[in-house]
Amino acid sequence: MNGRYSFRCGLFGFSLLILSVPTTGAANEAGKKLAQQGGEGVQACSTCHGADGGGNAAAGWPRLAGLSADYMVHQLKSLADGTRSNPIMAPIASALSEQQRGEVAEYFASLKPPAKAPGGGVDQKVLKRGEVIAQRGDWQQGIPACTSCHGLKGQGVGDTFPSIAGQSAMYLQNQIKAWQSDSRHNDPNGLMASVAKRLSDKDSQAVTAWFASLPAEPSNSDK
Amino acid sequence: MTAKDTKLPLRRIRKTLSPVVLALFALSVNAQADETLTKQVELEPAPAPGAEGYHQPPSLDDIPEGPFGDSVRNGREAFLNTLQHPVAKRFVGNKQNCGNCHLAGGLAANSAPMWGAWGVYPKYRGKNDQVNTMDERIRGCFTYSMNAGASEAGGPPEPDSQILKDLQAYFFWSAKGAPIGTNLPGRGYAAVPKPKNGFSVSRGEEVYKNQCSICHGSDGSGKFADDGRQIFPPLWGAGAYNWGAGMHRINTAAAFIKYNMPFGKASPVQKKAVLTDQQAWDVAAFVNSHERPQDPRWEGSKARTDEKWHDHQCLYNETVRGHTLGDGVKE
Repeated sequence: MNGRYSFRCGLFGFSLLILSVPTTGAANEAGKKLAQQGGEGVQACSTCHGADGGGNAAAGWPRLAGLSADYMVHQLKSLADGTRSNPIMAPIASALSEQQRGEVAEYFASLKPPAKAPGGGVDQKVLKRGEVIAQRGDWQQGIPACTSCHGLKGQGVGDTFPSIAGQSAMYLQNQIKAWQSDSRHNDPNGLMASVAKRLSDKDSQAVTAWFASLPAEPSNSDK
Repeated sequence: MTAKDTKLPLRRIRKTLSPVVLALFALSVNAQADETLTKQVELEPAPAPGAEGYHQPPSLDDIPEGPFGDSVRNGREAFLNTLQHPVAKRFVGNKQNCGNCHLAGGLAANSAPMWGAWGVYPKYRGKNDQVNTMDERIRGCFTYSMNAGASEAGGPPEPDSQILKDLQAYFFWSAKGAPIGTNLPGRGYAAVPKPKNGFSVSRGEEVYKNQCSICHGSDGSGKFADDGRQIFPPLWGAGAYNWGAGMHRINTAAAFIKYNMPFGKASPVQKKAVLTDQQAWDVAAFVNSHERPQDPRWEGSKARTDEKWHDHQCLYNETVRGHTLGDGVKE
């Protein structure tokens, strides 16, 4: 590489930096405002999902902090168009513009998930069964290990396979039920629906309890 | 086709040479490796299961304590996460794990389970006039499916090395109670008859887009966690199995795909499929219509390599999308 070329590259990189910093900052400010104060026809996300985005495990409201932004944008779109049916979230998601969805998703993705696991107080035998389903699956029933798509620690993989470690057990169970009943069918290629329909209630309870017993891991980037 | 192996002169030489000379000769042959290894040959289809179902491996919770159990556990870990296993990774020249072609850690019926393979070795093969052992068979897997030639070690593990012992300890453990010398129900992949009108790479491309690209990527490069652990294997390119691996044969790939893919939808143990036979063949052809690492048995030209080693259902040295396949790719 000659000197002039590297100078040009540097200049180009510098101008990108100038352009990108304020934009990102503004988006995050807008996202933060929506999350904490709400907007037109939209109540503040933090009312249910917590000021730290940690969710409300007992109520079954999910943690949003640290989830993939693109994953959350897809969920908001699905909640608005009904491919993910939810009476509370449908009007909120519908009231958000495409830009607002992106902003609020970026904001929650940037938050550090709570260090403490949301679950607890579950029988050890149930947790052990949950761990077996999560890490080995139950191939007799056509159920592969959850970790084979969601990552070894349930940290999520890319924008498609969400982080499920450190997520509310009740929330996770409700989603499995939603796939079983087809009230949620926004997963690519019906992959999760297919697995959910093979899970017994007992195993669903066990495996969700196990993931809730883990602290959240930072989500993997898509690569 | 059935692959045409060269008839090696070993047997004749054994008759005439002294053991010392033979030992020296064996050492030099080992350095060349490939041709003495069991290739990934096509086997007889496995019979359907009876009322008792498929062989049930013992529970993973019952692997015993002590040196044998340690060997089983190490073999299983190498099988599942070959790419990051401290020893096994030295012999992997692409981005594959054993468990990519043998789902459920090599324990699932109709997903080439190791308990199905265990009892059919040692096996005599007329093609190379040798009795091939499981040890050699696994070295064959490293050579072709794991492209060991491009690995840190430059080839498969040495015969009878600890990593091969550990892998075999795991296979042996999983086969507990299974009859020996029997073509067990659930062994290998369940064959899928070739559709009447053959297969189509372009139809397969559509199947791939809809059913496979979410996990394997539109460029076939797979997915990896931030720590490098493989999540979904590459299907073509430098990270994939090479042109000598069994999976590059369209019938073999179709048989794997039919009852194993899409992952989480098909169910090998229940022998449930989502794709039709036609879709399985089409997408198998599409996947195998891409470049991958060269056949280690390279004969100096695509034409000669094709003639000698690829007389079966594959696209090596065939022209697809204006390109004659078989150039190979390197990292």
